[in-house]
Amino acid sequence: MTAPQGTSLGAAAPGGGALLAPPKGRGRVRRGSRFQSAARVLILVIVLGYLILPLLAMLEFSTRGDYGTRSLEAYAAIFTYSNMVDGITTSLGIAVVTVFGMLLLLVPTMVWTVVRVPRMRRVVEFLCLLPLAIPAIVIVVGVGPIYRWLGQHLGPIGASPLTLALIDIILVLPYSYRAIDGSLRSIDTATLADASRSLGATWPRAILEVIVPNIRGGILSASVLAIALVLGEYTISSLLSFNTLQVVIYLLGKRDPFVSVAVSFAALLFAFALLFVISRYAPGAVNRGQRAVEEPAE
Amino acid sequence: MTTASAHPSQTAPGRGVGVSFEDMHRWYGPVHALDGLTLEIAPGEMVALLGPSGCGKTTALRALGGLDEVDSGRILVDGQDITHVAANKRDMGVVFQAYSLFPNMTARDNVGYGLRLRGVGDAQRRKRTDEMLELVSLSGQANRYPHQMSGGQQQRVALARALAIQPKVLLLDEPLSALDAKVRRQLREEIRRIQIMVGTTTLFVTHDQEEALALGDRVGVMSAGRLEQIAAPAELYDRPRTKFVAEFVGLTNRVPAMAERDRAIILGTPVPLLPGSAGSGRVTALVRPEAIRLTPGPDGAAGAAGVARVVAVSFLGSLARTQVALPDGTLIVAQMTASESSTLGPGIAVTVGVVPSPVFAVEPD
Repeated sequence: MTAPQGTSLGAAAPGGGALLAPPKGRGRVRRGSRFQSAARVLILVIVLGYLILPLLAMLEFSTRGDYGTRSLEAYAAIFTYSNMVDGITTSLGIAVVTVFGMLLLLVPTMVWTVVRVPRMRRVVEFLCLLPLAIPAIVIVVGVGPIYRWLGQHLGPIGASPLTLALIDIILVLPYSYRAIDGSLRSIDTATLADASRSLGATWPRAILEVIVPNIRGGILSASVLAIALVLGEYTISSLLSFNTLQVVIYLLGKRDPFVSVAVSFAALLFAFALLFVISRYAPGAVNRGQRAVEEPAE
Repeated sequence: MTTASAHPSQTAPGRGVGVSFEDMHRWYGPVHALDGLTLEIAPGEMVALLGPSGCGKTTALRALGGLDEVDSGRILVDGQDITHVAANKRDMGVVFQAYSLFPNMTARDNVGYGLRLRGVGDAQRRKRTDEMLELVSLSGQANRYPHQMSGGQQQRVALARALAIQPKVLLLDEPLSALDAKVRRQLREEIRRIQIMVGTTTLFVTHDQEEALALGDRVGVMSAGRLEQIAAPAELYDRPRTKFVAEFVGLTNRVPAMAERDRAIILGTPVPLLPGSAGSGRVTALVRPEAIRLTPGPDGAAGAAGVARVVAVSFLGSLARTQVALPDGTLIVAQMTASESSTLGPGIAVTVGVVPSPVFAVEPD
């Protein structure tokens, strides 16, 4: 049935109410929503500008050639500075040791806490977040004697910059804890561990074969955060006189600011690339735990 | 301490082993989760532990599976003391209440996981895995991941995974509670069929009476860490031995009665009392709805004080439940076939009678 011409369906409503009348205040809603959209875009532009402008400035500065031309000379020169190469390899080495150390320390501890002693979860969380409250200079003062002892008694191993990983593992705990904790909460860790154990798995196998694959996203995030933090760490390395990437960049900045900025920019791109890898591969691992099928009649 | 001995089961004599809980105690802080639990399960038998939340039934199951420790007492499986044996060395198949399939593995990999841990070769593992998936009617789902399956399918795969390792004992920890009613009934029957087929000794934990009574060779009712009674389903239902069991299992009407020695007068009918009932004088009889008889037209039971009247009739398919208000205001429920209740409706006066089968009586309200 069609409505008679000139009569709206709205007029047919009993009591004068319109069945299809536009909601009251719709114009206001539209104006409000337009204002909100504009505000969102404005905030986005400001934030992106805040983040991107320094990067563009770095890119612009590091690619300056002679007489207003553009050149990648600074990037090509990175590997001509042996100190820089050493700094990069040292920092990458520390990052690798830090990631492995952090995962070895954190994953079994957190799984054990969730499965066997859930009441200790708060305590573990508190301990992991503690480094946020301790300034780097305090840590250096505290661990300085230990590093002196290591250097005197363990020879080249004790004096190796890789020992910085011992501090970095502590520094990355707050960030890594959050990333792994989020993943552990997204699965039923206790039940999965119990199921695995009841089928005959030892604790290490239960963690490695059942828990770890299902918190892959959190582990990747924790690892990237750890790498980013180690690559950017300056204070402790400098105070303990280890020539890591940031220390070398700082020193080089005094001699050749173009190469110094080029390295910083390249390090940032490296961190972005890692983040891209995370966003590309991590979510699937997390989502597998979620139900995606409606209950069919069986 | 409550003792319950093994009972011959209706399951096939397979590779089932006997299980004994001996005076088990478990404390969680001030909570006595297991209070002297003693229980024997015969080889191949399926025992259902039934009770309200927090009664200790899951604690008992997890203790048998090695997933929780006990403070004292012993657990014997096939005569061996396994109280302090690690969970991964007990050879128990467990199906959990929560979906417990490993999300990173397909159904086939899940079922084959326990076999892989036991070093079973690829070909044999695949054969056994396929057999198990066929047993639970999921052959076509072998390559699906858990998130691609429904809840019922996931629990069937979990059952196949638990059975694949040919466990000494199968432990079912409320495996149906997360499923909807229809799937739940189907899977319940499937579990019973499979358990009878493989003959594995099984401990099934549930808070659902219908499930426990339908599945168990024997049903144990637990309360506050103690085993109140364990018996065949019909015996448990018809002859409860404690007040808790009488009130917890099935529906009961609380009807005022007068007791003397071993019988009570309930709505004018003398009815034998079960052992353990309250003594003489005024008591409250716990009468099953199916033991109540309703006849249209007031007479007898309503007595001089007034007439009993139907308040409401609930149609339940083949059965119907009729709510009746006695002259003193007490509301009781009668259960009968739907055809028997067809003449009843709200407001109709009825004669209320009781079948003279034994009842349990408690102190008056």
